[in-house]
Amino acid sequence: MSKPYYDAADLRKFGKITEWNEELGTKFFDYYGKVFEEGALTAREKSLIALAVAHTEQCPYCIDAYTKDTLQRGVTKEQMMEAIHVGAAIKSGATLVHGVQMMNKVNKLDG
Amino acid sequence: MATKSLKKLGNDLAQSNKQLEILSNGIFKNGELPTFKDKISKTSQFPIKAKKLEILQINVGYMCNQVCDHCHVDAGPDRKEIMTRDTMRQCLEVIKNSGAHTLDLTGGAPEMNPDFRWFVEEAAKVGITDFIVRSNLTIIRANKKYYDLPEFFKKHNVHVVSSMPHWTRGKTDKQRGDGVFDKSIKALQELNAVGYGMPGSDLRLDLVYNPSGAFLPGDQAAMEKDFKKALMDDFGIEFHNLFAITNLPIARFLDYLIASENYEDYMYSLVEAYNPTAVENVMCTNTLSISWDGYLFDCDFNQMLELPVNSKSRHISEFNEELLEGRNIVISQHCYGCTAGAGSSCQGVVA
Repeated sequence: MSKPYYDAADLRKFGKITEWNEELGTKFFDYYGKVFEEGALTAREKSLIALAVAHTEQCPYCIDAYTKDTLQRGVTKEQMMEAIHVGAAIKSGATLVHGVQMMNKVNKLDG
Repeated sequence: MATKSLKKLGNDLAQSNKQLEILSNGIFKNGELPTFKDKISKTSQFPIKAKKLEILQINVGYMCNQVCDHCHVDAGPDRKEIMTRDTMRQCLEVIKNSGAHTLDLTGGAPEMNPDFRWFVEEAAKVGITDFIVRSNLTIIRANKKYYDLPEFFKKHNVHVVSSMPHWTRGKTDKQRGDGVFDKSIKALQELNAVGYGMPGSDLRLDLVYNPSGAFLPGDQAAMEKDFKKALMDDFGIEFHNLFAITNLPIARFLDYLIASENYEDYMYSLVEAYNPTAVENVMCTNTLSISWDGYLFDCDFNQMLELPVNSKSRHISEFNEELLEGRNIVISQHCYGCTAGAGSSCQGVVA
């Protein structure tokens, strides 16, 4: 029987990381909680950013968590998909903009 | 999209004992999750006791023109359970002699009971001024005989509370049926036209939001802001408040949770979001639910699970306010739905 690296049920155990280092774990979760509070950005905007980043980071736990979180905040599937495209555009843009480096190098080597 | 009730389909989950069996077994029996009783005992909140009666919530029948995916009543056009005028007369006797100040009418679509208007008029005669009607909106557009409902509501200053799962057509129709969104919008505009929901108006129009799937409602105030902006921008609609209500794992929603393999995760979400402050104000502490055939329950959910009040006074014909006050509320795992996050009740959040 194959054992997957990721288990959806592990997300529920995230809080347990404090058990092996309470100080850092607690500081992290305090920080995390604070980040997602309503601020200059709404909690809904932050959740959509998190959804996009969850995809660029390709974190399955984060994708589960922020798909549910955005749904809870009334975000539509069209909005979710657009948010992911923003992440994807930055990812592909970041790849392609390095093309300039490649072009520079070619021009230098093969002038 | 559902077209028939679970009862009509002969689904096992139409039986309340099957639902209670599911809610008591599995993850709750093997100790993976604490039972509701264990959970509230930890914060010394067991048993929950009824306080002074304020609201009589009367279910005048399970018949409805809609068959919504997540209906906890399993209501629909094929449900024939309807409150008779005799039972309504017994309710009126109780209203006259009890301390309850609010009459909250629900269903099904309460307006489909042929004696609905008679009941409201008679209740007004005996001095009730605080009426709530839980209207699905589309009923106002369903048939000519209902077109004047906004005027009727206005005449008796009925507080209209209406379900509206989302401000977009797609999400609304998926949950409540094709065409529901457009009819609901039209009904809201008609209610606005007679003065309902307008800023500063005494004619109260509140909307109820409940999630379209296996997730909990978001922050009520933030959702209200989004609903108000979208309904105003797109349709020029005004309303007063939005009540965010959690879907309880019973009847059609329980069937959906199990069929979509979301049941365990959903129960985890409810238990993780448990809020002891919400327990203090759950609606069963000041509300009594009366079924179409006159039986008394702690809430509409217990009515559907056929869990009668824990009292010698079990039927409207033997109503005894003194006996009912202080009674222990009957609980099971579905109660986690009312204590998750900011809590949930027929009037929205409670904590």
